[in-house]
Amino acid sequence: MFYRENGQFKTSYQADQQIFPIAQDRWAVLLLLAFAFLVVPFIASEYLFFSILIPFLIMALAALGVNVLVGYCGQITLGSGAFMAVGAYGAYNFFVRFPGMPLVPAVLLGGLCATAFGVLFGLPSLRVKGLYLAVATLAAQFFSDWMFLRIKWLTNDSASGSVSVANLQVFGLPIQSPEAKYLFCLAFLVVMALLVKNLVRSAIGREWMAIRDMDVAAAVIGIRPMYAKLTAFAVSSFIVGVAGALWAFVYLGAWEPSAFNVDLSFKLLFMVIIGGLGSVMGSMFGAAFIVVLPIFLNQFLPWLGGLFGMSFSTATASHVELMIFGALIVWFLIVEPHGLAKLWSVGKQKLRLWPFPH
Amino acid sequence: MAFFLETLLGGLMTGMLYSLVALGFVLIFKASGVFNFAQGAMVLFAALAMARFSEWIPGWLGLDSKVLANVLAFIVAGALMFVVAWLIEFLVLRHLVNQEGATLLMATLGITYFLEGVGQSLFGSDIYKIDIGMPKDPMFLLEGMFQGGVLVNQEDLIAALIAAGLVAGLSLFFQKTKTGRALRAVADDHQAAQSIGIPLSRIWVIVWTVAGVVALVAGMIWGSKLGVQFSLTTVALRALPVVILGGLTSVPGAIIGGLIIGVGEKLSEVYLGPFVGGGIEIWFAYVLALVFLLFRPQGLFGEKIIDRV
Repeated sequence: MFYRENGQFKTSYQADQQIFPIAQDRWAVLLLLAFAFLVVPFIASEYLFFSILIPFLIMALAALGVNVLVGYCGQITLGSGAFMAVGAYGAYNFFVRFPGMPLVPAVLLGGLCATAFGVLFGLPSLRVKGLYLAVATLAAQFFSDWMFLRIKWLTNDSASGSVSVANLQVFGLPIQSPEAKYLFCLAFLVVMALLVKNLVRSAIGREWMAIRDMDVAAAVIGIRPMYAKLTAFAVSSFIVGVAGALWAFVYLGAWEPSAFNVDLSFKLLFMVIIGGLGSVMGSMFGAAFIVVLPIFLNQFLPWLGGLFGMSFSTATASHVELMIFGALIVWFLIVEPHGLAKLWSVGKQKLRLWPFPH
Repeated sequence: MAFFLETLLGGLMTGMLYSLVALGFVLIFKASGVFNFAQGAMVLFAALAMARFSEWIPGWLGLDSKVLANVLAFIVAGALMFVVAWLIEFLVLRHLVNQEGATLLMATLGITYFLEGVGQSLFGSDIYKIDIGMPKDPMFLLEGMFQGGVLVNQEDLIAALIAAGLVAGLSLFFQKTKTGRALRAVADDHQAAQSIGIPLSRIWVIVWTVAGVVALVAGMIWGSKLGVQFSLTTVALRALPVVILGGLTSVPGAIIGGLIIGVGEKLSEVYLGPFVGGGIEIWFAYVLALVFLLFRPQGLFGEKIIDRV
């Protein structure tokens, strides 16, 4: 009833090529953005900001980056945690070593460091494919773990690689309050999401998808695999690096190399697969799922235990959480292997016919 | 020279242990095309079961023979791995037939979390000991040739022998028994195997059980060396370069890959490590595997990957 595109005629190529061709989608996205920018900062509590909203925004950004590589270009990577680490420590070095370096350029330069690192570790993808590549990208992960622990220059000679930043500001406005941090991350996410949305429907995005679907066939019709794969690695690791810098600067404030360990890489891949491969929207869904689920379990289990008159020790509770987390992921993969984005599009399809299905 | 030989032998023996874990990966990948990230969690789970049952069983049955307790614990833990294998097949794999590799990989990661949680809440999360009576004393070889001889850890030597025995047993099982022949048929071609009446689901349970028993042996040996603790799961991450180096589908590849990685790791740590600050073992193994992959993308002994449009 509400979600129909009947009567929306496109009379120019420009109108036909909009990001959201359906008017309802456009309005929904605009409303969502207005809500996120104008309403949420006034109604959310500090707890909500720090434990859900800010982690969600940054992880959604990282998942978006991983999705470019895994979902659009088909190169499975388990090294995204390393790209985040390089982004974080790269930005840190620029921020600390150049006095007066503003925050935004430092974050973007951190992203560029991650790009260089990502392209370097993307080189094997020209020879190695599929699961072999997935395992090979773990090399990046372990190399970065080692690099930031042992090479003192990279961490400004701090012990065990733990560093911290303070006094963040943009154009003289301090990024201290939860609202400011939230808006800062949200702005990054919106800009990057727009960038990715446009990239994947341009020529380069089509090349990535051709490589993903069948790389030999793509090469035969004249797509350069090297160019396509390396650009995918570059774009992906840039976004993931920026997310890493934000995670370190805005969310953690003080961090050490183990903040970006192999578990984080796995989680990012989970987000992409649970959210939906090759979907910008899916990255956000996946990030929301993985960020909220542990918090939900953490709150819900003691309550459930109390209902049956049991009380868990913290160790047991964390094991049970781990169990349920694993089981839910498996269950989810079985029920909807194409991810939340698929559910979303099925829902939209249903909505078009509602309330008069055939 | 003696020092070099010592390092080399140490590397070979560690490598043998890596191949044990790698073997589990290869068995499952060959038979079901699943890249089983849960192998590390299975090692932990099996080792925990073994350690705890060998503690509990003497109390339950009133035995005081250590050997008997260990043997019984091994059997019970093996049975438990069969149950785990059956559950994985029944609850997970069966529903994910024909899914993409990445989805299956993620599903095994989910299984990893689950097994880690179950293992630790059933058996506890402290550090436990497995005592299967391995001699701990070092041994000196070739004392006539070098001054002081070459120091070899007896424990490592026995572990390597057990590993070699297991591999020999497995190849006999694969080559000579009827089930082994069915397993090889499934590995070759799922559909063809199914069409001549080999029940796929039963084969998968068998393969996961075999991988579980391999994990049990690996967990037993690693556990008696390092103690059974959560960090045992990282052994799987150290065995991954072995798998891709040797080729995902090759049992001999897992062995030879293990030896190469073991030796490469030890030699690099000893001769290269001091120049760059040490601790390079783990990423060096991956880089070593990567260099091999650049020349043979399917691993040393993997089946050649043929791309057709």
